[in-house]
Amino acid sequence: MSVNKADVAKIASLARIRMDDAALERMVPELNNILGWVEQLGEVDTSGVEPMTAVIANTLRLRDDVVDADPLTAGGRREDVLANAPAAEHGFFGVPKVIE
Amino acid sequence: MMSDLTQLGVKAIRDGVSGGDFTAREVAEAFNAAVAGAAALNAFIVTTPDHALAAADAVDERRAQGEALGVMGGVPIGMKDLFCTKGVQTTAASHILEGFIPQYESTVSSNLWAAGAGMLGKLNLDQFAMGSSNETSYFGNVSSPWRKDGTNAAMSPGGSSGGSAASVSARIAPAATGTDTGGSIRQPAAFAGICGIKPTYGRCSRWGVVAFASSLDQAGPMAHSVEDCAIMLGAMAGFDPKDATSLKMDVPDWEAALDADLKGKRIGIPREYRMEGTDQAILDSWEQGKAWLRDAGAEIVDISLPHTKYALPAYYIIAPAEASSNLARYDGVRYGLRDLPEGSGLQDMYAATRAAGFGDEVKRRVLIGTYVLSAGFYDAYYTQAQKIRALVAQDFAQAWAQCDAILAPTTPTASFPLGSLSDDPLTMYLNDVFAVPASLAGLPAMSVPCGVTSEGLPLGLQLVGKAFDEQGVLNAGLAIEERAGFTAKPEKWW
Repeated sequence: MSVNKADVAKIASLARIRMDDAALERMVPELNNILGWVEQLGEVDTSGVEPMTAVIANTLRLRDDVVDADPLTAGGRREDVLANAPAAEHGFFGVPKVIE
Repeated sequence: MMSDLTQLGVKAIRDGVSGGDFTAREVAEAFNAAVAGAAALNAFIVTTPDHALAAADAVDERRAQGEALGVMGGVPIGMKDLFCTKGVQTTAASHILEGFIPQYESTVSSNLWAAGAGMLGKLNLDQFAMGSSNETSYFGNVSSPWRKDGTNAAMSPGGSSGGSAASVSARIAPAATGTDTGGSIRQPAAFAGICGIKPTYGRCSRWGVVAFASSLDQAGPMAHSVEDCAIMLGAMAGFDPKDATSLKMDVPDWEAALDADLKGKRIGIPREYRMEGTDQAILDSWEQGKAWLRDAGAEIVDISLPHTKYALPAYYIIAPAEASSNLARYDGVRYGLRDLPEGSGLQDMYAATRAAGFGDEVKRRVLIGTYVLSAGFYDAYYTQAQKIRALVAQDFAQAWAQCDAILAPTTPTASFPLGSLSDDPLTMYLNDVFAVPASLAGLPAMSVPCGVTSEGLPLGLQLVGKAFDEQGVLNAGLAIEERAGFTAKPEKWW
């Protein structure tokens, strides 16, 4: 499978990366080189093989049902959460106006 | 005396501080000065001399009080700038995180500080750990301290932990943290003539480590010797409830159990790793490695890992897929860069921010990842790659019936000049052809320096072990280290 400029524009839009025409043109052969190379995976007969979901068998843990059990990940840290926000206002993340 | 301190490794510093041969402060001052004098390497994104001094003073104070100093007591280290450090800018070498000041400390760095280590600074890397040459950093290339004999061309330190490798081999840090997703500890360690180990997936907590490909990312130490790696890995590892994939297992005392006697051990040589395009010097070093391990008492056995050829292309589906998902968090809202073009809305802000903030290699991988996960292509690419990942892991599981550990080259070539491969992503990816299979299988793997090429560049040998058997990897590494007698150092030009 290979991609053309329209495909790359669609992918870039899904990935929320703005790309102008020149950037799209440049990306088409780069992506096709990589996609052409990974195509060889199709040679492998994988019928009956389960796709890997966990590389090291591990059980999924649940934490104790305790409020704020670990202070590092607990609530009540609004200032810390907002400390790096490009636009924090009134205790919230600020974003441009959204009108739908 | 003071300048000599920078020639010491982890164990020598720790034991020297606890024995009173010198103070932790003297060590920190010596390395701070070495860091300040090595700007030409561009190994650090920010330096934190005060952090190193404060940690050192705390260790000296504990010693005065007769308290235990910790397994890393008095050792100042470099911290790859992928670990969140409270109050110290953490960028993943990306413009999109420039100015990001974590409000918390990663578990791994926190463990190291608790063990008595201090921080010299945050080390440069490939952007979001995506790269094999340290040429994708927003903060500029890292130069290897090594050069080809008789030339001045700047060489690649490898990647993504290029700043880590460069700083240790230049002896401006006695050790450094690295992270390895598909070779990012082992390949730079090989290029720089140092040791580095990626432990079993889950040994080191990923909490507070900027995520690249979560099913593959593992932290590990990079240092001068196998023993130094054993010590530092012991300080980094451990169960962490904040990481869902953290191993709930005790951390063995790897340092105490080091043993280079390999009698009764079988070392596998995978025939599929004899690939076209591998330098003769690498093949020669592999032969030499077999002889060393035999000399240490091991039996050398031929093994087969039949899906080796498919590991790298499978990795280049899985890792970008996970990256495209992980990097969705950089949206210009909660932290990092925001680019809000005049009059634009939320969606435009996302797209503009990510266009301005991500480098070319990051964009390439996010786009590949988005494509292979998109409707209609998911099964053909992503599911197939996950099945092949299962086959690669199964290859190793079957090999363990015949051997206890595997010996292979770390890389197909020695270091290359900066700029020589940067226009050719596929050739760059091939650098990790020997490193990626162990990553896909989550296995512990280490690179140990074994010699230099005819041009004076270091080469590494790789050891891969069974899950949870870091000890077997370290022991075989020690057997090679003792026999290789690697003492080459880069000549100081910086």
